[in-house]
Amino acid sequence: MKEYVLGNGAIALGALASGVNLVAGYPGTPSSEIIETVSKYPHDGVHLEWSVNEKAALEVAAAAAYSGARALVTMKQVGLNVASDPLMSLAYVGVKGGLVVVSADDPGPISSQTEQDTRRFADFCRIPVFDPSTPEEAYEMIRDAFEYSEKYHTPVLLRPTTRVCHAYASVEVPDEYRPKEYEGFVKDSNKWVIFPRLSYINHGIIEERNVKIGQDFSKYRFNTVTGNATKAVVTSGVSFTYVKECIGDRRDVRLIRVATAFPLPEDFMGDALDNVSEVLCIEELSPYIEEQILKVAGRKNLNIKVYGKLDGYVPHNGEMSTELVSEILGKYLKTDLKRPGIDISDMPKLPLRPPVLCAGCPHRASFYAVKKAMAGQKAYFCGDIGCYTLGNAMPLDMVDTCLCMGAGITMAQGFAHTSDAVCFAFVGDSTFFASGMTGVVNAVYNEADMILCVLDNSTTAMTGHQPHPGTGRNMMGNIVDKIDIAGVLHGIGVKSVVTVDPLDLDESVRAVKEAAGLKGVKAIIFKSPCIAIAKPQGKCRVDTDKCINCKKCIKEIGCPALVTSEGRVMIDVNLCTGCGLCSQICPVSAIGTGGVK
Amino acid sequence: MNKDILICGVGGQGTVLASKIIAASASAEGESIHSAETIGMAQRGGSVTSHVRIGKDAYSPLIPYGNADLLLAFEPAEAVRNLKYLSSDGVAIVNTAATKPVTESLNDTGYDGSKMVEYIKKKCICIFVDSDEVCRPFGSSKFFNIVILGIAAGSGRLGLSSEILLKQIEKRVPGAYVEINKKAFLAGYDIGRASVNE
Repeated sequence: MKEYVLGNGAIALGALASGVNLVAGYPGTPSSEIIETVSKYPHDGVHLEWSVNEKAALEVAAAAAYSGARALVTMKQVGLNVASDPLMSLAYVGVKGGLVVVSADDPGPISSQTEQDTRRFADFCRIPVFDPSTPEEAYEMIRDAFEYSEKYHTPVLLRPTTRVCHAYASVEVPDEYRPKEYEGFVKDSNKWVIFPRLSYINHGIIEERNVKIGQDFSKYRFNTVTGNATKAVVTSGVSFTYVKECIGDRRDVRLIRVATAFPLPEDFMGDALDNVSEVLCIEELSPYIEEQILKVAGRKNLNIKVYGKLDGYVPHNGEMSTELVSEILGKYLKTDLKRPGIDISDMPKLPLRPPVLCAGCPHRASFYAVKKAMAGQKAYFCGDIGCYTLGNAMPLDMVDTCLCMGAGITMAQGFAHTSDAVCFAFVGDSTFFASGMTGVVNAVYNEADMILCVLDNSTTAMTGHQPHPGTGRNMMGNIVDKIDIAGVLHGIGVKSVVTVDPLDLDESVRAVKEAAGLKGVKAIIFKSPCIAIAKPQGKCRVDTDKCINCKKCIKEIGCPALVTSEGRVMIDVNLCTGCGLCSQICPVSAIGTGGVK
Repeated sequence: MNKDILICGVGGQGTVLASKIIAASASAEGESIHSAETIGMAQRGGSVTSHVRIGKDAYSPLIPYGNADLLLAFEPAEAVRNLKYLSSDGVAIVNTAATKPVTESLNDTGYDGSKMVEYIKKKCICIFVDSDEVCRPFGSSKFFNIVILGIAAGSGRLGLSSEILLKQIEKRVPGAYVEINKKAFLAGYDIGRASVNE
């Protein structure tokens, strides 16, 4: 049967079709929909979980694979950094059942901290990587990845990018899915316990094996050559589709596509580059294939001119597009590949539209309370990864740092030890569980003076509202005990833990002021559900007779529902959720709450 | 049929549903279909686009500049931002009701979309509609995503019949909202038809 699905959905259905027994991961754009898709299709006999973080997910999956089961682990590229400790060791130990790690890269970056390249990680770990160009290919490749994983007893990476993950296409899927039957764990400490001696032996075996995989990949159906011109373009991933848009049926260029960057299919590359005098490398993120071509050319003594990122012909940063490729390729082929369109060179200035916290978002209220309480005092605000990173935008301007998951908590400590500022860390509930808790232990143990603000909206909002340990639901569809953040903090030894409703401005400001007067680690849990999952409270209304049009509401909190119309402050009723924060700010009580349900 | 349709707007306006209904309808007609969505941070009030590509000649998930047959714009500035995608003989269906970004409200630069509308008029074949006005009978401009589908269908530029689109609307909106969405579609359809006669 045909299914019209996202690239991520195709990966999920491909894994189910491969008989996957266990799926684990941590949400992260652009990878989150893989696990969500599995949950929406029949998957009897498959263990499915949002793990607490990527490292946990991979370790859970590793044991399943030791048992002979097939396991899928999903994450975004920066998640792979978190999972790199187990992945690196697992590469040495190997697996029995197939284990595929999907690490979704994000050229641009569109929703990420880095423009790192998972193909480099594959090389670093010495494990194979598959690089699909389309959702259809992703469906095929995840199945191939499981086959290779079991054939060569190694974890395998699948590296889609945002444009593949978030593109929809039709894939032909089986009518029903059946998980693989597997043997179970067979104890063998010489095999499953990593010791220096084992690593030494396996290192040698892995390098010999990778030569074989490279030979296998040389016959792989998605490594392709079209045409026989002496000018070539080498490409991979979604860039392949952009190149095809530009080339059409031109015959003056040879098109080489490398879908398996590591281990490099060297025989394939040798044949593909036969009689080529010039090659242009079009790839996103790092110049990985470009470097491999230089290596192959060096070893095989090929006289080829190589154009790409390393000589500045292609930009290092940002994603590719049909337009960018047509420009680069046009220069390379000395022709104009641009398509005619509408001339927009005289375009009027467009309003900027940076992403903002939603109207009614409780994070806005939390940030505003801290801002009010700390007015006039020296304070540092360490942010973290999630919707609340958007607290950096004007007029809130409440995020001074953001580094990586969980870093806000530990960075606040570093500032506390080296400054006289009041140091705050803001962390969301999901991030708290993912990588915040150990940071709090560090703060208590090392006697940091800091205020931890947990912005608890009872969901993982940024990535699409996934459940987490604090929500009381898991991906097996079960209602489970909620892990209580206040209880965790008490257990760690945080002496002052208070929970407030951020939409009660006075109470929240008071709580922050009190915490600022105490020594040691203090925690304030700002608890209010994400407005995307909670029922709206009604609508706020501006009483135009009372309003003095000072615009304090707009200037202080920057809520998208507060707008001006013909110079007057208005509330956009389509956006307002009736949170009432603006009504608590208005100096003349001109904004009423709960007017219209 | 080879047809590229770009849908653009602001996160939260319901562009994704419109894209899904077009894709599902084209697929039900037996067409080869690809689409791509903005997912992630931009959904929080940022600029969003959906690229719908019908036909076998589409390789890239994104429509190349100058290739779209139809631009469905939920916001006038977003229409201008994405005009580069439209082919020189393409049609733009544009909501004239501006969505002011927070940055505009803060600085009060007076952005109201009118300059954008004037610009679009000079650049391409276009159909304008005010979402506030057309959605008034339905009580919320959230129905505009279905209205604009109706306009596109009525104008004959979508290449999909209203029967097949209505069937997909029925499948994809919650039961209690099916009737009102059908009305919204038909209201749009009439506007689209009228635009052909003008």
